[in-house]
Amino acid sequence: MNSSFLLSITTFIYGLAAFLYIAFWVFKKPLPGRLATWTVFLAVICNTIGIIMRWVESYRLGIGHAPLSNLYESLIFFSWTIAVVYLVIEKKYGNRIIGAFTTPLAFLTMAYASMSPNISDQIQPLLPALKSNWLIAHVMACFIGYAAFAIAFGMSCMYLFKQRDTEEKNNLLAHFPNTKILEELNHQMIMFGFLFLTTGIITGAVWANSAWGRYWGWDPKETWSLITWFIYATLLHARMMRGWGGKRIAYLSILGFIAVLFTYFGVNYLPGLHSYGAS
Amino acid sequence: MYHSWWFQLLIILLTVNIVVCSIDRLSTTWKIVFIKKPPFILSKFRNRADNEYHVDSRSSGQLKDIYEPFVSKGFGYIRTEQTDKGYCIFAEKWRWARLGVYGVHLSIVLLLMGALIGSFFGFDGYVNIPEGEVVNSIRIRNPGRAEALDFGILCEDFNVSFYDSGTPKEFRSSLTIIEDGKPVFKKDIVVNDPLRYKGINIFQSSYGPLPPKEATLNFTSRKTGKEYKKKALVGQQIDIPENVGKFVLKDYANSYKFRGQPIGEAFIGILTDNNGSSVEVVLSLRFPNFNRMQKGDMVVSVSEYDQRYYTGLQVTKDPGVWIVYSGFIILIIGCYITFFMSHQRLCIDIEKKGKKCRVMVSGTANKNKLGMQNKIKRISEKLIDLKHST
Repeated sequence: MNSSFLLSITTFIYGLAAFLYIAFWVFKKPLPGRLATWTVFLAVICNTIGIIMRWVESYRLGIGHAPLSNLYESLIFFSWTIAVVYLVIEKKYGNRIIGAFTTPLAFLTMAYASMSPNISDQIQPLLPALKSNWLIAHVMACFIGYAAFAIAFGMSCMYLFKQRDTEEKNNLLAHFPNTKILEELNHQMIMFGFLFLTTGIITGAVWANSAWGRYWGWDPKETWSLITWFIYATLLHARMMRGWGGKRIAYLSILGFIAVLFTYFGVNYLPGLHSYGAS
Repeated sequence: MYHSWWFQLLIILLTVNIVVCSIDRLSTTWKIVFIKKPPFILSKFRNRADNEYHVDSRSSGQLKDIYEPFVSKGFGYIRTEQTDKGYCIFAEKWRWARLGVYGVHLSIVLLLMGALIGSFFGFDGYVNIPEGEVVNSIRIRNPGRAEALDFGILCEDFNVSFYDSGTPKEFRSSLTIIEDGKPVFKKDIVVNDPLRYKGINIFQSSYGPLPPKEATLNFTSRKTGKEYKKKALVGQQIDIPENVGKFVLKDYANSYKFRGQPIGEAFIGILTDNNGSSVEVVLSLRFPNFNRMQKGDMVVSVSEYDQRYYTGLQVTKDPGVWIVYSGFIILIIGCYITFFMSHQRLCIDIEKKGKKCRVMVSGTANKNKLGMQNKIKRISEKLIDLKHST
């Protein structure tokens, strides 16, 4: 069994977990909820083993490198971080409905990586520009940040649904965390994501300076990550300085995540130095 | 664009904006952070809605002595005051964390200042050096002009290696810095491992082929079928074996087009027979038999040649980079403090109620109020546990 096969199986386990969380949310039975937690836990274990196997396989091919070097590998790592961060939140706040809004993201990410015909799951040798110790730090920091923003996006959607239902009539929204907790969690996730996005941009800048002699080159990905950073910085300032909350923050958080997605995928259609992240 | 005056002006304006806003806010925060005796207003804590209460049967003095060491473990500052019905323990920590956000703003200012210093006093240039040659000046990218260096850069050798799949594996240039005609510093540079000398950084950035200087030619006679090998320098006339005539390698082309068809790298030579009439021949490197199509007594092809390269180097100088780097460090630390450390204040009010005591645990934080609520609950639970263990 090779890593690609295991990771394809992982995709289905994430799918099952997402299904169970949604079933738990809709039918309000405790059993699918408990099963969902174990399933996503199993998926994370398979995902972890898959990543490690891929790492080992690359060494067997004689081109050993951390599995963070192309779009396929980054997507695999992205869904891993989403699932891990989600599990931490579930443990901390004990609300499984959040899982119905976050595990589908992990599933979709994996499905996109495994099924899209444009994405090669071949282990490719490392281009000279990527041969650096900064690779791991840079990619990990960026994707932990992205994952936190993805979860913040899920929370913001939940918040927007919940706040419309002021009389608590809607059965589906009854077991959502209350709006205060959703707001607070959204904020926590954004702060967490912002710290890691900042670290990711900085490690990237330091790396660029050691590879190309400049820490900032207005490459499309750099520019868009800066735009993303500005959107979340605006959100943080609006909340802390202007006392914004509720819907406005939720919308800003969704806007921020759209910028994240564009930084991640959209920029690949523009020419630039990050083109190795495109295939 | 990023070196234009208006971009630099925008950066200066942004810097001024951040500095003014920060100073404006800092004047308030400063008074809160730098005080000798932190103020605590008991009534404010008592009026909070999220306080935790429990009842203990020991005296207020006993409880005070049990609680004090416990609280001082988790908080930097602790002070106990006597109230009309018992004691009140005030404690706080991380008052200075209120300054975290100014650290973040300072770091942004450092980044902008570093960027400005770099754009005023640094440069970003490039130079191509053929193997075996020395250069003393480089081209500046923006604006395009030449910049003389205090030293010479010799490229002794350039090598590119490939993976089996054909993608490049490594570009390596062996460089030597030459000052006053003497080599002073040597280093092999690869991508991600530059040479730094006297504040100037030299990076591997590209490479390209150079026209070869010589080639070994293969002459095959159509009459006898014999093959001859001869070395020829570009531009130098040689005699063709069997005394058929003369041959000269005239030129080299990276992508030669023969009747509109690209045939890749090729030498162009001139064949002159003994009657003095000459004909141009194209020696394709990709199709060694190409010349067989042409008429003549001798078929000429290239059997060997030495591929020469030039190395493309990025040459930069940025005196602002250390300011930017210090900004980076402060930015990460500042963000951490701003987001995850808050100024927390705790108040434990021990009030005598008949024979027992009622204990109130209350607290505030300037950030992450939900987290502080949970912390108050945890502290209250621990205080109850302390009762049992002692």
